[in-house]
Amino acid sequence: MAEPVEAEIENYTVNFGPQHPAAHGVLRLVLEMGGETIDRIDPHIGLLHRGTEKLIEYKTYLQAVPYFDRLDYVSPMNQEQAYAIAVERLLGIEVPKRGQYIRMLFCEITRILNHIMNIGSYAMDVGAMTPFLWTFEEREKLMGFYDDVSGARMHAAYVRPGGVAQDMPAGLAERISDWAAAFPKIIDDVEGLLTENRIFKQRTVDIGIVSKEEALDWGFTGPNLRASGLAWDLRKSQPYDGYDEMDFDIPIGKHGDCYDRYIVRIAEMRESLRIINQCLEKMPGGPVKVQDRKISPPPRGDMKGSMEALIHHFKLYTEGYHVPRGETYAAVEAPKGEFAVYLISDGSNKPYRCRIRAPGFVHMQGMDFMLRGHMLADVPAVLGSIDIVFGEVDR
Amino acid sequence: MIADPDQASALSDLAEILGLSLADDIIEAAVIDGALTVAVQRPSITKVLKFLRDDTNCQFTQLVDLCAVDFPEREERFDIVYHLLSMNHNLRIRVKVTASEEAAVPTASKVFSCANWFEREVWDMYGVFFSDHPDLRRILTDYGFDGHAQRKDFPLTGYVEVRYDEEQKRVVYEPVKLTQDFRSFDFMSPWEGAEHAHQQMLPGDEKAFQDG
Repeated sequence: MAEPVEAEIENYTVNFGPQHPAAHGVLRLVLEMGGETIDRIDPHIGLLHRGTEKLIEYKTYLQAVPYFDRLDYVSPMNQEQAYAIAVERLLGIEVPKRGQYIRMLFCEITRILNHIMNIGSYAMDVGAMTPFLWTFEEREKLMGFYDDVSGARMHAAYVRPGGVAQDMPAGLAERISDWAAAFPKIIDDVEGLLTENRIFKQRTVDIGIVSKEEALDWGFTGPNLRASGLAWDLRKSQPYDGYDEMDFDIPIGKHGDCYDRYIVRIAEMRESLRIINQCLEKMPGGPVKVQDRKISPPPRGDMKGSMEALIHHFKLYTEGYHVPRGETYAAVEAPKGEFAVYLISDGSNKPYRCRIRAPGFVHMQGMDFMLRGHMLADVPAVLGSIDIVFGEVDR
Repeated sequence: MIADPDQASALSDLAEILGLSLADDIIEAAVIDGALTVAVQRPSITKVLKFLRDDTNCQFTQLVDLCAVDFPEREERFDIVYHLLSMNHNLRIRVKVTASEEAAVPTASKVFSCANWFEREVWDMYGVFFSDHPDLRRILTDYGFDGHAQRKDFPLTGYVEVRYDEEQKRVVYEPVKLTQDFRSFDFMSPWEGAEHAHQQMLPGDEKAFQDG
């Protein structure tokens, strides 16, 4: 028998991306490999950096709203909501009930929009094609609701400081209600393909385990934190808008692996459906935005006859409103985790500083510790499971 | 946050506790607009963060956010702002230290691992140096980027732009050329203008103050 040949293999580096179909955007991972296992990951982010925080400093408070659609572009309205809440706190105004309910309704629609996008593309990352097609069909319907209410399928600019841009059109509530009645079937179908699927489980169970302590230390929030077993949800613990009037549960995971993160998202969609149904049932009447004409514009009809309404409109869309000096940190439970806006006002009509706390940025950082010792093929599995979108990571 | 009375009293209690146990390290601890804000001496920041994380009254186990704010008119022009969250007490706290181009801030990444990238971002955008940071590289800007983009004196348009050059078959960097000047409108209305920090003089104001 021949003598076994011992060869010294040096570590080598592998470039993952910047253009890689499983990278969910433009991400370059520099992987230091020891054979097939990963020794270290150095994510190079910022390829989609647009300087959002800087741009907002040069815009009026209203003009800053659309930038929030373009951060995490699969869950736009939750981010608009965080910004709107920050501005409202500084202005010291309260949104009318109907405005709050419409916001909640659409934020939960957005949560489902985000989670089905994630689950569909995640299934594709680990080798299943069909769920992707099914979930994207549902996404199309949800973006139709976006279109109905705001006129845009994705970049809605619908949630504004002081309420929402306009009331829901007639018949939309019924259409959402019909959709919500049919959607559990779709979740069941997707679960039927994935949840007990042998290949899916082989790829996800016990991959990328995050303990409770690690999740806290690395600043994990949202489903990624809950998958590690911490029942923390800002909608429950620090309710904003009308979430304290809603009845829903917080699903949590046990092991903190990729599979649990998937399961938590599936369960969260069912909870979101409960909130959507409650919103539709209890939807109050009345105005959808504050009636202070120094903050929200007058109805178009008034402007034809009232000089004052015309002046208000002109002032709002040129100078905008002035926000009292102060600072606030407004956090919401966005689909990906805690999305927050730290807003500093100097009393003028533009934010002095608008810090955007994006959950994806923090989760991206966790890639290194989550993947050490794993195989190369686990990179897309972990990357997909922490739900990364580069619009918000790079800002 | 519109804090409910329980939370407001919990925060003011906490401010008192901090004032007592970290008297040498804290400049000021006060509840401002319903948020507990603690100004800390720069060298003590890691000690304070560790205390906030481990003390049973605090248990701020998560560093949610770390960012910088630029006030160019101040002597130490930067504020580094830490937002911490205590899930057990359901409280948030804001910790601030000042910094300048020269004065380095001790890194928080030994206390909270997630501070690593936050500090890299602050270094990238503001040029604040964090001492003992394990890996202080730029993070968001281009390879070879010069300057710190979020400083107030950095122009919004930047200095260079890129395009693909067909002849050289590569991306080239050129000074920014704007086809239209950057427009900065004067929104200050003499009737109901903002209370400005230094009560700006508006065009025409000199007439009001003229003698005779």
